[in-house]
Amino acid sequence: MPSASATGIVESVVVEAPLETAFTTFTRDIGKWWPRDRHVLRVEVVAMIFEPRVGGSVYDVGADGSESHWATVLVYEPPVRVVFSWDIDPGWQLERDREKRSEVDVRFFSEAPTRTRVELEHRHLDRHGTEWQSMRAAVGSPEGWAYNLAAFEEELRRMGVS
Amino acid sequence: MVAYQADGLTALADPTRRAIFERLLDQPRAVRELAEGLPVSRPAVSQHLKVLKDAGLVIDRPDGNRRIYSVDPEGIAELRAYMERFWRGALLNFKDAAEKSTREQR
Repeated sequence: MPSASATGIVESVVVEAPLETAFTTFTRDIGKWWPRDRHVLRVEVVAMIFEPRVGGSVYDVGADGSESHWATVLVYEPPVRVVFSWDIDPGWQLERDREKRSEVDVRFFSEAPTRTRVELEHRHLDRHGTEWQSMRAAVGSPEGWAYNLAAFEEELRRMGVS
Repeated sequence: MVAYQADGLTALADPTRRAIFERLLDQPRAVRELAEGLPVSRPAVSQHLKVLKDAGLVIDRPDGNRRIYSVDPEGIAELRAYMERFWRGALLNFKDAAEKSTREQR
C-alpha cells in the first residue's frame, strides 16, 4: 500500500466481488455509488459517464441536458488500474486551470476469486492552492463546509424552496 | 485582486512559487540553495518565500546566519482531512454497489 505523502491521501477498501466486477463498478458504473450530493452541476444529475480510455472524460449529465466534465482519464489498465485528473476545486466547482488540478490513482488487487482490495491515492492536493484555506476561513466551518452546504441545498430542494 | 495577492489566495498559482514549493517538498532548504537551479534572483526567491509563508504553506527557522525553509504540513491538512472523509464515504458506497452487482451476477 502506498504511504500518504504530505500532499496526498490514501484510502483502501476490501470488497466481496471479483476483480473485473470491482473495476467495472468503479468505472462504468460510477453513477451507482458516487455520493449523490457531490456534484459540480447545480441541477439534478441523471447520469454519470466514464469514458473507458486514456484521454476520455468522466462527466455528469444534468436533468436539463447540461454536462460537467470533471475528470480526464490519464491511465486506463482494466481491470487493475485507473488514474484520472481531479478537475474540481475544493468548493466543488469546476477547476479550469490545469495547473491547479490534483490526481486520483486507483489500483485493484485480487485477493481471492471473489474478493478485491481497492487502494486509492488522491495526490498533489497542494495544486489546489491556498483557496481552500481562504474559503474555510470565510465560512468558518472546520467540518467540511462544502458537505454541509450541499446537504442544505438538497434539503431546500426537497422542501421546494429553490 | 491586489488584496487577494496579499492574502496569498493565489500563492501556488504562480509557476515560480510552485517550483519553490515543490523543491521544499523534497527537503528543507536555504534561500541560496533554492535560487540555484531557478531562473530568478535570490531576492526574488525571498519575496516568493514570504508569500508562501504568509499563505501558511511554508515555515522557516534560523540556522546560524541564514534561515531554513520547509513545507508547513498544516498548510493543506484541512484539505487532506476533507478528501479523506469524502473518499471514505464514497468507497463504502462503492463497496455496496460492487457487492450488489456480484450478487446479481450469480
